[in-house]
Amino acid sequence: MQRQLTKERIGLTSNYAAAYAAKAADVDVIAAYPITPQTTIIEKLAEFVADGELNAEFIPVESEHSALSAMVGASAVGARVFTATSAQGLEYMHEVLHIASGLRLPIVMATPGRALSAPISIHGDYQDIMNARDTGWIIYIASTAQEVYDTIIQAYKVAEDPRVLLPVMVSYDGFLMSHTVEPVDIYPDEYVRNYIPKFIGNRPRLSPNEPITMGPIATPDWYYEIKYQVIRANKDSRVIIDEVNKSFTERFGNQYDVIERYMTDDADYVLITYGGASTGNAKEAVNKLRENGIRAGVVRIRLYRPFPAEDIAKAVEGAKVIGVIDRALSIGNYIEGPVYNDIASAFYTLGVEKPLVSAIHGISQRAMYINDFYQFVIKLKDFYESKSYPKNPIYLGLRE
Amino acid sequence: MASLSSWKEIPLGGLIKEPQSSRYNKTGSWRTERPVLEQDACIRCTLCWVYCPEPAILELPKPYTTKKGIKYNVTYEINYDYCKGCGICSQVCPTKAIKMVPEVS
Repeated sequence: MQRQLTKERIGLTSNYAAAYAAKAADVDVIAAYPITPQTTIIEKLAEFVADGELNAEFIPVESEHSALSAMVGASAVGARVFTATSAQGLEYMHEVLHIASGLRLPIVMATPGRALSAPISIHGDYQDIMNARDTGWIIYIASTAQEVYDTIIQAYKVAEDPRVLLPVMVSYDGFLMSHTVEPVDIYPDEYVRNYIPKFIGNRPRLSPNEPITMGPIATPDWYYEIKYQVIRANKDSRVIIDEVNKSFTERFGNQYDVIERYMTDDADYVLITYGGASTGNAKEAVNKLRENGIRAGVVRIRLYRPFPAEDIAKAVEGAKVIGVIDRALSIGNYIEGPVYNDIASAFYTLGVEKPLVSAIHGISQRAMYINDFYQFVIKLKDFYESKSYPKNPIYLGLRE
Repeated sequence: MASLSSWKEIPLGGLIKEPQSSRYNKTGSWRTERPVLEQDACIRCTLCWVYCPEPAILELPKPYTTKKGIKYNVTYEINYDYCKGCGICSQVCPTKAIKMVPEVS
């Protein structure tokens, strides 16, 4: 066992960072089907397996539905598993997403976000991820390649904890992160494996020696209680997620929380974001706004499910107006930003009476300029001064 | 697991640790009509046994002699614990030996 952490800094796309993390986690089985922008994760893992750097079963399945189904089977017998997908692939997996969480299988999946057809788009946003939000999975949204690498390692620690036993999705920007290179500190595989050892007795598993039945029909007398177990496991996983953030810092140095605060302490105007590009541009806009005497800040949601409502509420305590930037759609809802709705519901429940404004941006990777975020904050300021707030999202970057 | 337990007591994800626990579910309570087999009319063709989806037709090694003196080595009976009263046995019986009788008159 390697006791001293040595870090090697290399240039990686977020997709390669995900593949390196899965290798470091010493996964036993990988099943996946190629889909843009996820494909290079699986390409890299196939390379690791073919080169003998990773001792895993690599199953090239015929669809995403099969990919996750194979993961369900492999995880049920006790294997540590990894898969990845995006967009239409995540949609095609959708019914199995519920099965994976309902069967309490600690599957870890990387999901660079992408727009949904139609019209056909291969470009990035978070429509696919938001469609998976009610499936019982724990969902992280990373904002840097380093965070993708670190979060996948954390994901195994959280997922396999006997107090959790839920699948975990690690998402990030399709293309803007999945295909752009950043410096990433990678750790020796043995060091990572020592942090996330494989346990045999941490969960029930299928075995001929001790037969059990997984996934039987539950009549109305039983179904509700079994789903409530998932509700509680997801809600209560927050304790373990916090523990893991802490133990990860002790072991690897990098610090993570469920949200990231940027200049929020004295901010009058706070932008709530998720993912890499939204957050990076929002921070840059905040720097420029502050140069011009406008006190703005950013709260980035890193843990999306379970939703860190109280943390967000606390982070915006001093704010006058809050703008929520969504890179996804909830079409037909009164306000079409899905995370806006999460925040509105959380704030109402918590008694936080702050004006909230929804903004939609970066749909199918529509260019998000720093000035868009800058001007959005100026608008928030105008709304505040006129005490008049819009009843619709502001569609940034849309041609009227 | 006969009683309805709390969510805290149910095995994780509803998994079943005990093999053949489905026997505890006496699904015969779903029945509205019960098949009643007339042993003297039964010719031991086994069609009901073959067709029963449950299977709730029992093939028992009990010798039986009809009033007309025909001797059989087996007797067919219905397991009312699990028979849901679908009536397939009654439909396929070539001698109409199985009659469907309402559970509540």
